[in-house]
Amino acid sequence: MSTVTLFGLCASALVGLGLYGALTHPQPLRKLIAFNLLGSGVFLLFGVFARRGAWQSVGGDPVPQALVITGIVVAFAATALAVALLLRLHKESGEATLDPPAPAGASTERRSP
Amino acid sequence: MSLTYVLESVLALLVLGAAAWTIAARSAFAAAVGFVSYGLLLSLMWVQLAAVDVALTEAAIGGGLTGVLLLGAVATLRGTEARTNRRPALPLRVLAAACCVLVSVALAVVVLTLPESGPTLAPQAVAALPATGVGNPVTGVLMAFRGFDTLLEKVVLVLALVGVWSLAPDRYWGGHPGLEHRLPADGVLPFFARTLPPLGVLLGIHLMWTGADNPGGAFQGGTVLAAMWLVVMMAGVRDAPAIRELWLRLSLVSGPVVFVAVGLAGMLTAGAFLAYPIAIAKPLILLIEVPMLLTIALALGLLVTGPPERTADPR
Amino acid sequence: MSALLDLFTTIALVLGALFFLAGVVGLLRFPDTLSRLHALTKADNVGLGLIVIGLLPQAGSVFAALKLLLVWLLVLLAASTVGQMMARVARRAGPPR
Repeated sequence: MSTVTLFGLCASALVGLGLYGALTHPQPLRKLIAFNLLGSGVFLLFGVFARRGAWQSVGGDPVPQALVITGIVVAFAATALAVALLLRLHKESGEATLDPPAPAGASTERRSP
Repeated sequence: MSLTYVLESVLALLVLGAAAWTIAARSAFAAAVGFVSYGLLLSLMWVQLAAVDVALTEAAIGGGLTGVLLLGAVATLRGTEARTNRRPALPLRVLAAACCVLVSVALAVVVLTLPESGPTLAPQAVAALPATGVGNPVTGVLMAFRGFDTLLEKVVLVLALVGVWSLAPDRYWGGHPGLEHRLPADGVLPFFARTLPPLGVLLGIHLMWTGADNPGGAFQGGTVLAAMWLVVMMAGVRDAPAIRELWLRLSLVSGPVVFVAVGLAGMLTAGAFLAYPIAIAKPLILLIEVPMLLTIALALGLLVTGPPERTADPR
Repeated sequence: MSALLDLFTTIALVLGALFFLAGVVGLLRFPDTLSRLHALTKADNVGLGLIVIGLLPQAGSVFAALKLLLVWLLVLLAASTVGQMMARVARRAGPPR
């Protein structure tokens, strides 16, 4: 199994891990971290395809690499916006959750969504 | 089984381990720290994939700046963690895990059944590179061949910043982002903030300059500059500027504006939007990169400091 | 001559790795934050210094060697600053309850 295949399998596993975290974590901040994990796994897959496009003295196809650089910067911008939204939600409501507030008098044990 | 292969296998396992730790950690602080170490290990993987520019960007933005952002958020949200701990029921989690395993296996099958050699644009990029005057193919792609993407990315950065600013309460609009940091002037962090930034600014500008022929570029250099500015602000050596300052807003838009101006000029001189006349391609790219560096540094720094939380001093 | 330099590099790298290992053992075995910080900062900085010194003969030019030394100095600066700050927070927080 060559390096490229090994890293490609690692990237597939990262995508799965990130997706699982984004789906199951109750806290939005943890979902955000898992989403970033998912994104970086996808970028790594791009990198694997770029590496396969190596030619002569150029180590990898430069176009996917440039796309990944753009992607990393845009992912950071989106994460910053998401964190700002989350912090504002926390400041307004005192909680950092997307679940609706429990109606007054209801028990604390709720059925999961 | 060469030594490099052993190193790469260990690296891949470490990255997977760090990612698993980030997902499975109990507290958000542990997850944020795990994410930073994951980002740094990932940049090592990028080096092994012969993508040093991407490795620099991943280490700086993916590991560094995102880590700062997340750690700040974790600190603010620490009290709410205990109250938002109701995980979904076990059957739902098993179903989610099954779906994720399915996605991973599908991607793995794609990776394992790739043909011997894939399509690549490297020959075309290398062939067209001398016309742009730069030696680094990735910089050539970013600034010349796919310059439109870079222009849009710049605009996205500024738009994200506007989005973050718009989350400020009305009374703080135009004010200073973040709280005021006041530290004793002879403390450790202010000393650090006075020692490192001069060298860091030099490094950032060098990274941008050397990106023409070696790995580097405006994004990596801009991130280093933003990091130096953040250190200075966090140490209280300089306060965050009020967002209504004209110099701040002009500098933020200077990157996209110069880029668009060069693009429009290209319509007149070279026949298409963002076409560079070959004789002045390299100076044009430099002309675009310098305001781009400024915009990236300011935008990344301000994205981390967040929306205004104090009113500006009355004029 | 180059075989001698390679031997020097190997020895320095192995010693540096041993120092890093010592730092990690200290991180895992010491009882509280301050002693762990002590182990980590001392061992990691010396370990990195040994690795940089070991790589100096392999650097292509004087300029590259100077860059390696600069990397070590910057890591020293950052690690000592962070170590100091963490130690202050740990001392203020008091012994673990």
